Amino acid sequence: MKFLYAAYGVTWAVHIIYLLILTRGFGRLRDDIKDLERD
Amino acid sequence: MRSKFAIFALFTLALLSWGLYQALVGAPTEATMGPVQRIFYYHVPNAWVMELCFPLNFLASIIYLITRKPAVDAFAVATAEVGVVFCTVVLLTGPIWARPVWGIWWTWDARLTSTLVLWLIYIGYLMLRKLSTGGPNPVLAAAFAIFGCLDAVFVFMAIRWFRTQHPQPVFGGGANSGIDPRMMHAFLINMLAFTCYGAMLVWIRYTLERTRQKVDEAHAMKSLLHHEAGAK
Repeated sequence: MKFLYAAYGVTWAVHIIYLLILTRGFGRLRDDIKDLERD
Repeated sequence: MRSKFAIFALFTLALLSWGLYQALVGAPTEATMGPVQRIFYYHVPNAWVMELCFPLNFLASIIYLITRKPAVDAFAVATAEVGVVFCTVVLLTGPIWARPVWGIWWTWDARLTSTLVLWLIYIGYLMLRKLSTGGPNPVLAAAFAIFGCLDAVFVFMAIRWFRTQHPQPVFGGGANSGIDPRMMHAFLINMLAFTCYGAMLVWIRYTLERTRQKVDEAHAMKSLLHHEAGAK
């Protein structure tokens, strides 16, 4: 069972990390847009 | 647009939850391998999405080379990046299944090696895009992607062309291929769930890239105006 749970855990870990990277990307973009509007 | 995305995301989440339940509880335990066979319900759908993303990247790259439309380039980046994420999952879940079943984590057979090469090719593609600035960067990346897709075809066909340690095709692989109908239900739910999830990720990544392109364009325009104002 440990291999099964490890595989499912690893799958969701990779996908969640990618979702966090995307969220960070949107955060940076929002900051850039704010800078652009301020200038 | 946002409400459409929210509905699609909720639908995908429901499918993924149902798929997880079917994979862990609903599907019967396989007689030879035991519970570890259930990795199949995640490994194959992730491989399927990977094999969808790279040909889409190939098509987008060809169209970009012809039309030079930034929106097509944004779609190419989105499919390549999402493809790499799914390929990473495939390369991690495969060895976790192989260890208890084969007794080894890895072997250099045609399927496994070509998948690793595919992952490296697209990591190279993303690095090319990330690290090189200005100039014909998207054009070079598009040309690079065309060669990358050839390996995606090789990965798919490797278990048909060669005798590999990796299992032969479960579906359409001859008289003895196929699975129990209850397993098929769990498998198909997960195939649909991960396909929707992959589409959702491409949607998000495309939106991010497209907005980034527009912001960069606005920055460039502003710099030009500042420069012209300074010159006067």
